[in-house]
Amino acid sequence: MSSMTPAIRVRQVAKHFGSVEALGGVSLEVQQGEFFGLLGPNGAGKTTLISALAGLVRVDSGSIEVMGCDVVADYRNARRQLGVVPQELVFDPFFSVRETLKIQCGYFGIRHSRAREDWIDEILANLDLTGKADANMRSLSGGMKRRVLVAQALVHRPPVIVLDEPTAGVDVELRQTLWQFIRRLNQEGHTVVLTTHYLEEAENLCTRIAMLKAGRVVALDSTANLLRRFSVHELRLKLAPGVGLPPDLASRARNKDGVWSLAFDAYTEIELLLATLRTHGCGLEDLEIGKPDLEDVFVRVMRGKDGLSPLIPGAGGNAGSVSPAGVAG
Amino acid sequence: MSGFPTLFYKEVLRFWKVGFQTVAAPVITALLYLLIFSHVLESRIQVYQNVSYTAFLVPGLVMMSLLQNSFANSSSSLIQSKVTGSIIFVLLPPISYRAFYLAYVLAALVRGLCVGAGVLLATLWFAPLQFAEPLWIVAFALLGGGILSSLGVIAGIWADKFDQLAAFQNFLIMPLTFLSGVFYSIHSLPPFWQQVSHWNPVFYMIDGFRHGFFGVSDVSPWHSLAIVTTCLVLLSLLTLEMLKRGYKLRA
Repeated sequence: MSSMTPAIRVRQVAKHFGSVEALGGVSLEVQQGEFFGLLGPNGAGKTTLISALAGLVRVDSGSIEVMGCDVVADYRNARRQLGVVPQELVFDPFFSVRETLKIQCGYFGIRHSRAREDWIDEILANLDLTGKADANMRSLSGGMKRRVLVAQALVHRPPVIVLDEPTAGVDVELRQTLWQFIRRLNQEGHTVVLTTHYLEEAENLCTRIAMLKAGRVVALDSTANLLRRFSVHELRLKLAPGVGLPPDLASRARNKDGVWSLAFDAYTEIELLLATLRTHGCGLEDLEIGKPDLEDVFVRVMRGKDGLSPLIPGAGGNAGSVSPAGVAG
Repeated sequence: MSGFPTLFYKEVLRFWKVGFQTVAAPVITALLYLLIFSHVLESRIQVYQNVSYTAFLVPGLVMMSLLQNSFANSSSSLIQSKVTGSIIFVLLPPISYRAFYLAYVLAALVRGLCVGAGVLLATLWFAPLQFAEPLWIVAFALLGGGILSSLGVIAGIWADKFDQLAAFQNFLIMPLTFLSGVFYSIHSLPPFWQQVSHWNPVFYMIDGFRHGFFGVSDVSPWHSLAIVTTCLVLLSLLTLEMLKRGYKLRA
């Protein structure tokens, strides 16, 4: 439990667009220095929540703070603390990459100085854009435009960085470069909030994850806990032709396309399972150990098989706690 | 006013980078109007004593170009950035709605003044001009440009697509500017249309502006000043209120 001001505090935030409920009383906290994942299917409310955080959407009720600054009452300070990489690939076609970054600095009141130029050069170098610094935005590829969006979000050195699906349509090499840079920023103390549909990325990068569904938080815990709680190790077996699984194992196994899956908690169980098979004379054609993954957790949570309460630590003042009202319904 | 100088600079740089389209082209258009109308009407019409029709036409064309381009700058910049989504770069930083308003209006006014000055310089070859009361010229150029720049901000925010902006421009701005006495004195109109002209605020901008050149006008410049100033104040308040509420900018 940290006594620091949370990087982001969202309290009972609700937002409707006409009759559509985009956010239905969302509450969550992101602590300073966290790499936080915000996951959910399309239309879950992720972008609405980020837009509300950035002041692009005005919420119907509730409050949002960035580094202790209310995004409405103290919007100037709140926006200075926040760098947002938007989901859409947007750019101003009139300017070069360097002009774009200088202009973005100016919007935040950062005047021309050696330090500003050095920081812009550093961002350009880290995002592999130095060679394109004087190129017009129109001439850049999609991946490069995406990197410029990241650079624009960083020019004012915000302590909190929000990336709304930053790797959509970005090639593998570029994705690696981007994550290396973002990871470094996180290690240097920046709080990072990420939304992505690439669950493998979220699993590798995020220390804590919130899952949204229909405008509500349906899961919020550390990545490790979510994986432990909702995904299991599996032993996948393909038996020799004409051989069946012993009845006591068959009762707890799933069969899909001739492959039996047996869940286990600890690796020590594998020896026991194999011994049972040997005792019953079950020959094996193939064997594979399946690790738990976030996709599994995501599918289970979105299908709502496991209920809500076990997925969200009880309200107790912990980082990321969600009050029961915040997840009702 | 954090962010204001940069937003203003960006808006000026935006139109300057496409100067042929945003400054040179309207100057050429105004010059063509002058050549055609003065060729046809020079010997047939004399509006004021000792003022040729071509000389009468020049201030009208200068002001019309100034007004139309002030409107075009703020409205096109906003609709473009809304349609492409790049408006987000202005909405994310801590720029206040007042700074936003001032930057867009002043940059649009700069473009209007550049075009107006361009038209004036280009047409000086065709008619000897007087500058009887230059303060009126400056006052009406600034106030008129400010009004149309504000209207441009309103139109740019209101329109969701280029088609709607074109409607605003073609069905409101163009008729108001063309039917404001640029090419004629309203005293030459039938009484009914004279009355209608008095409901057109652009008429007062042109008439007051022209007064600065020749020292004569259809109505008193003080009367025009009062109307134009009131319009600017009301439109500015409306625009500021729209921006404060985030109308069509912040959902």
